[in-house]
Amino acid sequence: MSTSVAPTPLPLSDEAPHDVSPARRERTGGRLLRVYTAVVIAWLSLPIIVMILFGFNDTTSRFNFVWQGWTLHWYRDLFQIPDLTDSLVNSLTIATLTTIAATILGTMIGFAMGKYRVRGRAVLDLVLFANVAAPEIALGTGLLSLFLSLGIPRGYLTILIAHIMFDIVYVAITVRARMSAYDRSLEEASEDLGAGPFTTFRLVTLPILLPGVIAGALLAFALSIDDFVITEFNAGTTQTFPLWVYGSSRVGTPPQVNVMGTLVFAFGVLLVLGNVWLMRRARRSAAGAH
Amino acid sequence: MRRRLAPYALILPGGLWLAVFFVVPMLAMVSVSLQSGDLSQGFRQTFDIGNYSDMVSTYHTQLVRSLVYGLLTTVITIALAYPMAYWIAFYGGRHKSTYLFLILLPFFVTFVIRTIAWQFLLADNGIVLGHLKSWGLLPERFHILATGYAVVGGLVYNFLPFMVLPIYVALERIDRQFLEAASDLFASRSQVFLRIVLPLSLPGVFAGVILTFVPASSDYVNATILGGTGQVMIGNIIETLYLTNSQYPQAAALSSILLGALLLGIFGYAKALGTRDVMDATAA
Repeated sequence: MSTSVAPTPLPLSDEAPHDVSPARRERTGGRLLRVYTAVVIAWLSLPIIVMILFGFNDTTSRFNFVWQGWTLHWYRDLFQIPDLTDSLVNSLTIATLTTIAATILGTMIGFAMGKYRVRGRAVLDLVLFANVAAPEIALGTGLLSLFLSLGIPRGYLTILIAHIMFDIVYVAITVRARMSAYDRSLEEASEDLGAGPFTTFRLVTLPILLPGVIAGALLAFALSIDDFVITEFNAGTTQTFPLWVYGSSRVGTPPQVNVMGTLVFAFGVLLVLGNVWLMRRARRSAAGAH
Repeated sequence: MRRRLAPYALILPGGLWLAVFFVVPMLAMVSVSLQSGDLSQGFRQTFDIGNYSDMVSTYHTQLVRSLVYGLLTTVITIALAYPMAYWIAFYGGRHKSTYLFLILLPFFVTFVIRTIAWQFLLADNGIVLGHLKSWGLLPERFHILATGYAVVGGLVYNFLPFMVLPIYVALERIDRQFLEAASDLFASRSQVFLRIVLPLSLPGVFAGVILTFVPASSDYVNATILGGTGQVMIGNIIETLYLTNSQYPQAAALSSILLGALLLGIFGYAKALGTRDVMDATAA
């Protein structure tokens, strides 16, 4: 990818001009860093392991703090707590609707910004950057202030509005980044070969755009289903999964929360790995075709 | 003609959504912050800036604590993230994306659950401290929960990936030929690092600073779950004023102060470093 005009490197192997010790130091340094990285990754995974493990804990008290042995009880009684189930359903439907709306609106912005020279681009850039950089609590309280001023009651709909608002920005940025791979001359070539604008869009533009759109949509879904701060300020009495869990943290989190968290985790990981696998396969078959 | 208008037509719907639900709300918040009254009497627009001075004098402890915890979190995450990002970028080999995926793994677990898991791990008689105490390695009264250590620890945990990723991206972009050229010119390994790798990776560090400092200093989930009553941060106050006390003007003033302070810091910082660089690195 690099286009810099660096002088041609001399055909020297790395080890030849040096004595042995720097190379050995490099190897020890690299090994130390490898161990360090492994330790930090293990530390990052610790809460995930705890969450998964204690979804299998045969606990009887309301506090799921002490290991009591294995059980599948909580998987069987996953939907035993109606409020919790409702909150998860809310989270899933909100994330789905948000993803659809934000992917469409955000892709349009990202595509336009990547393809055309638009007037007012600096303003749009500023809005996108401010939205990403501003603290979530300001986005949440700002929207709440608007709803309060207009006397709009908070609930499912206002959560949806809020999630679409912050997700549009992430989709737009993801798609715009992908547009750097976009080359206007490809579309021109397609038109020169007699393809109409729609055929060109379907066969040339869309395939270039698609990885960015899929990445943006996955990100939008993940951010929506996980959002706590902005949601809390605009939820009214409506509960989402993170809100319910936060409320339960004071009185003891039931093991069903661990199970639902585990299932959401597994679903997300499989989705991303599946996407990566599909992309690899597509790339390999594209490479094979040439 | 139609061609010329196409980009604006594409931007319009999403742009309107952002204008109405992002830009206007910021103005609404400032407007609410300049009101007086309470829930029972009703609120009136008085353009009284008294709310601002009241909030600063009442809650300066929490404001300062939030900024200090945000700063500590940022410094610690840089120290933890840089060596990792460095190793993955230069020694990761074929498995780079696997390591990055592992670092992002916590994001597949709800933020609130991750934090509760730490509450569980650090509990006074939980699986870690409980054992250490029963082995006599720690005094019976030792605790981590409800201290600043627990809160900063939680913040570092939750925002570490936001620091690793931009630093990694910056390191990954460094042209390897620069390094070869430097060692061909007999630069030592530390010289190569200090004069080539470090300066070229700084945009990533700067992006990471924005991505961790802002959410860390305005966070209240870690303070609530891991900090108990003695570690109240500014986010907790805003949450209580808005959602429990219905003191909207005061809450809006405090939220505006936080937003103003952070945005001023971000833009000053971005300006000093070149806005585009930081914005690009942050977006990447």
